[in-house]
Amino acid sequence: MTTRDWPLWEVFVRARRGLSHSHVGSLHAPDAEMAVRNARDVFTRREEGVSIWVVPAAAISASSPDEKDAFFDPAADKVYRHPTFYSVPAGVEHL
Amino acid sequence: MNTPGQGRAGDVAIYALGLGDDALVLAQRMGEWIASAPELEEDVALGNIGLDLLGQARALLTYAGSADGRTEDDLAYLRGADEFCNVLLVERPDDGDFAHCVARLLVFSAYQAELYARLASSGDETLSAVAAKAVKEVAYHRDHATQWALRLGDGTEESHRRMQAGLDAVWPYVDELFAADELEPGLPGVAVDPAELREPTVAYVSGVVGRATLAVPDVPAAPGGGRAGRHTDALVSMLAEMQGLARAMPGVTW
Repeated sequence: MTTRDWPLWEVFVRARRGLSHSHVGSLHAPDAEMAVRNARDVFTRREEGVSIWVVPAAAISASSPDEKDAFFDPAADKVYRHPTFYSVPAGVEHL
Repeated sequence: MNTPGQGRAGDVAIYALGLGDDALVLAQRMGEWIASAPELEEDVALGNIGLDLLGQARALLTYAGSADGRTEDDLAYLRGADEFCNVLLVERPDDGDFAHCVARLLVFSAYQAELYARLASSGDETLSAVAAKAVKEVAYHRDHATQWALRLGDGTEESHRRMQAGLDAVWPYVDELFAADELEPGLPGVAVDPAELREPTVAYVSGVVGRATLAVPDVPAAPGGGRAGRHTDALVSMLAEMQGLARAMPGVTW
């Protein structure tokens, strides 16, 4: 059996209702249906989740590590991008 | 947990032993695939299925052994092949052919799904508890086998040919699953009549076989007798490996 052709899938698991799906890892599977099943076996053996998403790894566009400086460093010294210049009214608890 | 004893209750123990041996022997066969399946992910899937079956076997053998003071380990490791009560379908070797593994799992999990669905309402509280837990496990086993049967059957020319060969190889052992059980008539409301499982099991498997563009094999049934302890050499060599350590070093734990 040829197995070299199985594509890679990225797996996202929602730990419980109300939380977002989080990336937990990747695996190989021949198609999306089998990827969901493989993810169930590989990543939720101990009741880690209530929902699974799989995405073809090839479908993900990622930022490049080489562009890290241009992408992220300029944000570091711009305090005005953070909502720190508002006075919080007294008595507001959940802000 | 209640305790099966002599007479009618002893029959419950023998009944549980047969179902437990089915699960134990197939668990060992599934375990043989670990590190040999087509992909790492499939190693995990088949290993999980084997562990589910092992869990069922432990509960059933513990219950069966409680009738005469034997532990699950006594029953698993210290009986000869002629004392095992499993059906022959579960002991036949896959010979490293994944399609054979899928074919056997498809048939057996379809059978177990019907069996446990009914056993869950057994009048015996231990059997019904084991079945109620197992029914969800075997639903997944059946789904896994179904997915692969569809992909291999309706895949390439070679995968189709090999999936059909796998079905042809296991089919002679299907009849034994539904053979009259001499214990069952004496255990009304406790045991499940195997004959009533034939129609729904074969209907499920035939449906998958059809969707997979495969053909239901038309082959004569092989001799049965597994429940009565008549087994093939395949079980003897499997037990030699499974029991080797426990027999060489009595009482060892690992």
